Amino acid sequence: MSADTLLEVEDLHLHYQTRAGVLRAVDGASFSVRRNEALVILGESGCGKSSLAKAILRLLPRNVHHFSGRVAVDGEDTGGWSEERVRREIRWRRVSLVMQAAMNALNPVVRVGEQVAEPLRVHRGWSRAQADARAREVFALVGISTDFLQRYPFELSGGMRQRAVLAMALITEPDLVIMDEPTSALDVLTQASIMNVLKRIKAELGTSFILITHDVATSSELADRVALMYAGRMVEVADARTFFDDPAHPYARLLMASVPRLHATERPQHIPGEPPSLIDPPGGCRFAERCPQRFSRCGEDPPAFEPERRHSVSCWLHGPGRQAGRTR
Amino acid sequence: MSPTQGAEDPHADSVLEVDDLHTWFELRQWGFLRIGSVRAVDGVSFSLRRGEAVAFVGESGCGKSSLARTLLGLHRPTHGDVIFEGQSLSGLSGSELKAYRARVGYVQQDPFGALPPFMDIGRILAEPLIVNGVRSRAEREQRIRAVLAEVRLSPADDIMAKFPHMLSGGQQQRVVIARALLLEPALIIADEPVSMLDASVRVEILDLLRRIQHERNLTLAFITHDLSTVRHFASRIFVMYAGRVIEQAEVEDLLDHPQHPYTRALLAALADPDAANAGRQREVPGGEPPSLMQPPAGCRFHPRCPQAMAGLCEVDDPPHFEPRRKHYSACWLHR
Repeated sequence: MSADTLLEVEDLHLHYQTRAGVLRAVDGASFSVRRNEALVILGESGCGKSSLAKAILRLLPRNVHHFSGRVAVDGEDTGGWSEERVRREIRWRRVSLVMQAAMNALNPVVRVGEQVAEPLRVHRGWSRAQADARAREVFALVGISTDFLQRYPFELSGGMRQRAVLAMALITEPDLVIMDEPTSALDVLTQASIMNVLKRIKAELGTSFILITHDVATSSELADRVALMYAGRMVEVADARTFFDDPAHPYARLLMASVPRLHATERPQHIPGEPPSLIDPPGGCRFAERCPQRFSRCGEDPPAFEPERRHSVSCWLHGPGRQAGRTR
Repeated sequence: MSPTQGAEDPHADSVLEVDDLHTWFELRQWGFLRIGSVRAVDGVSFSLRRGEAVAFVGESGCGKSSLARTLLGLHRPTHGDVIFEGQSLSGLSGSELKAYRARVGYVQQDPFGALPPFMDIGRILAEPLIVNGVRSRAEREQRIRAVLAEVRLSPADDIMAKFPHMLSGGQQQRVVIARALLLEPALIIADEPVSMLDASVRVEILDLLRRIQHERNLTLAFITHDLSTVRHFASRIFVMYAGRVIEQAEVEDLLDHPQHPYTRALLAALADPDAANAGRQREVPGGEPPSLMQPPAGCRFHPRCPQAMAGLCEVDDPPHFEPRRKHYSACWLHR
């Protein structure tokens, strides 16, 4: 492990017990995040990306059937820790989470400023005056006028509420902020200005980010690295340049070809078929059924091959002796 | 048919004409005190030809969905008129309005919300036929099968026996499209038809709509916030802002040569996937779209416009200029 690794996740599994059977929401995810790095977890709905975020912070629902894997923060394995210790030492202090649609979860009858300052008062025991002063600073940082501290959530637009939620996540100066679809409910211009704020914060404060999204174009706005998920598994982890210009996994390549582009004349192509059910998923590679390049080996589970350093691909085409299978 | 054919005479073969349309919603306090109006659609005119696909693009609150619902006859226009195949909507009686709605198909944003959860697909698709007087069970079944084949849902027997929750999002949206096609519409209005779907499914649904539009020579109006999908799925674009159309042109011309400062800002805020994006701050105009209760005087974009000209833009409403051939923009910069 390199010295500047902040978060390391190895072979994470999270299965839920449902009425229809055991649902393997996350079924083998490994990745790491360095200091001041932005990792995007990209995947379509139902691929397990939101479950993964909650698993990192051990925010697990009651119907967990199986949870395993190594989650290390700053080199410390949190595996043996009690849930209480994770809550006290990791959540809000070192890692903040902005859940999906968090901007709609603000308390409607409490002033925004008070809600934003709350983590400091609850988790750090700061006085109201101290916490308010700090809330002003973070409001300025995320680009909201400090007048809004005194307002109620319904008085703020969607974009402003999203900034307030971001301010709340940043107020305890965490090393890592995890955001689940932070801009997907917002308009184009609002989305762009929120991404501007995130870029500035990353540059100025050196914060690390995990951005969870289904939107390929948005993901490229912040990513240093991209981890692509499919049907509960991480199929490719690569730096942004490699991922956007020349991804290796057949799913990644087809996904890139399905994105409509403003300034390209090629027609986007859809991927035929659908992801498998996560209840009793098929053995072997989970993309095999839809993959135009499948061959006899695909009936077996592909391990994560590393064609280059810090680039892993779970596909037999990239196994030893098969590199030639990659077409540029 | 190429989108430019018939363009010389704008009224040749027009299916829908909208003339100075206003849809305002009255706000009342305590149920009777009028305290103002929300001007959701505030002076929109255009005409759509048979067999063309157009897109209305704008951010939330620009009036695009209110426009769609007015065209569907769900809201009464406050002022102005909608003329469909030569007949004005304003004078229609209840039964005439029902006949009109049969000629206009509607594809909603959220397919799951659009399908009643307690009916199987066969029943959902039979409903509009029953309502519109198709009495024979055999004929209904035959029409349902034909339309399921057209949206590529098979095997038909399996699909008809299923309930909406048993289908994937893409399949649900196909059912919604099938339902819109059942009554042989001349016009289909699709309000954000793919925004709830995953990227890999979006293109499939858009391709399907486009193919059906070609095969049936339908007029298709897409309502969307996503400029990046319009290039391949529409031939003309209308950009809306604060209840008005501020720019309109053929797709390629609009995307490659945007004229209105708002359209330019929208395009500058959008990116094609590229690793270099992470290093750039994007230029975004400050502020937010205006209140539709008290829209600003003059050009509605002037408070946010980087090129606003004092003494002009905040005073006078800009008319539509034609800075490029068949490319209209409501901005004083082109005067």
